[in-house]
Amino acid sequence: MDFLRPASWEEALAAKAEHPTAVPIAGGTDVMVEINFDHRRPEYLLDLNRIGDLYEWEVGEESVRLGASVPYTRIMENLRAELPGLALASHTVASPQIRNRGGVGGNLGTASPAGDAHPALLAAGAEVEVESVRGSRRIPIDEFYTGVKRNALAADELIRAVHVKKADGPQQFSKVGTRNAMVIAVCAFGIALHPETRTVRTGIGSAAPTPVRARAAEEFLDAALEEGGFWDNGKIITPSVAKQFAELCSAACNPIDDVRGTASYRRHAVGVMARRTLTWTWESYRGTRRTSEGAA
Amino acid sequence: MRVNFTVNGRPQEADDVWEGESLLYVLRERLGLPGSKNACEQGECGSCTVRLDGVPVCSCLVAAGQVQGREVVTVEGLADYAKQRAEGGCATGACGSAGTSLDEAKGWQAKGDSQTGEGGELSPIQQAFMDAGAVQCGFCTPGLLVAADEMLERNPNPTDADIREALSGNLCRCTGYEKIMDAVRLAAARQSEGV
Repeated sequence: MDFLRPASWEEALAAKAEHPTAVPIAGGTDVMVEINFDHRRPEYLLDLNRIGDLYEWEVGEESVRLGASVPYTRIMENLRAELPGLALASHTVASPQIRNRGGVGGNLGTASPAGDAHPALLAAGAEVEVESVRGSRRIPIDEFYTGVKRNALAADELIRAVHVKKADGPQQFSKVGTRNAMVIAVCAFGIALHPETRTVRTGIGSAAPTPVRARAAEEFLDAALEEGGFWDNGKIITPSVAKQFAELCSAACNPIDDVRGTASYRRHAVGVMARRTLTWTWESYRGTRRTSEGAA
Repeated sequence: MRVNFTVNGRPQEADDVWEGESLLYVLRERLGLPGSKNACEQGECGSCTVRLDGVPVCSCLVAAGQVQGREVVTVEGLADYAKQRAEGGCATGACGSAGTSLDEAKGWQAKGDSQTGEGGELSPIQQAFMDAGAVQCGFCTPGLLVAADEMLERNPNPTDADIREALSGNLCRCTGYEKIMDAVRLAAARQSEGV
């Protein structure tokens, strides 16, 4: 095994081009487990810890450019207003020790369906900035996950940052596990209300071969909210609408039975989380509407 | 490969390090510092918690090559680290003579009475663990000490929820955590009273 220690992003890209099988390591919270247990013996480890750029973030007009290695702890502390869904999801990652090392770049690189960041990224809307010596491109999050632990990266590409749309409305994240810490999601659900476009986006984790959106549920809810004038009148969501939304979210799952839970449990739990998080976000939306009307 | 880094305030060099080796392995097997414990090797248990550039991490998940040029504090250096911090000095050792030498660290033990800790040089959190009876088999203790000490540095007046969250990455299979909670509360109270 060789340990490659590029001092700059350009050096990292050159190393990855020269050794496409090199395994990038940043926080190490996935890669080191595989090495410790002898599940993986990469020919090259490509250490990204020296590349300071990957630990920075910028808050822009429309979106946040989040460096691939920004630890979850930093996201929780600094980006709760701009990226509330991702901040909530970050807080459910493992433990303080792991959150101090791991970041969204690793979640995307591993592309496990159980990665905690994915539902939040899908719901918020995001693009993954990847680069190789051939050039840079942005992959929409909806096209990023291509299979179980597979993503749209080419062999010579590295993840540099993820551009996440700033929240224009309430967001929530919910996760089922056996305790509040150190838990791989049995299943997870993210939701983001987008009042500016009068749309709702979702993300489901650990209940299909890849993280997925519940598109039929989103379309149903968008239409129901529009039809009832909900965005304007700020009424309570009709229970039948919430129920139908939950059922469509369950239907978007394609889960398996495994040690953490059965397929039918996952489907059921995703429906429950969908209904709850819709209620939480909608109540929050109604609250901000009342406040802004009261102030006006 | 060779790795040069700072351990408990003193520069150290580890040779013949395998590229896939963890920081934990280097600390225990190459530098002879067995205080950080090796249990799960997957970041679940927190027994191997050390400070890396001040930040608590699982040393089993840090590749040895990643610590080149960086600063690590282990449980063996905790007493000195806390002392330096209390004196307003430089606890990491980057500024001179402070720190714990490898020989001191290897031979580190609670001096004085091993039951009460009296007469020894312990960090306040170590003393509080002894006073509160927060140690049974002791395997999880080093990780808990490092994690709890860091929390008290950051958050001198923690709520019970703060303590539980800060220690949520450290598993203990003996005590049921109540005595550990007592110990951290005790250390926090002593810290705020300046005892």
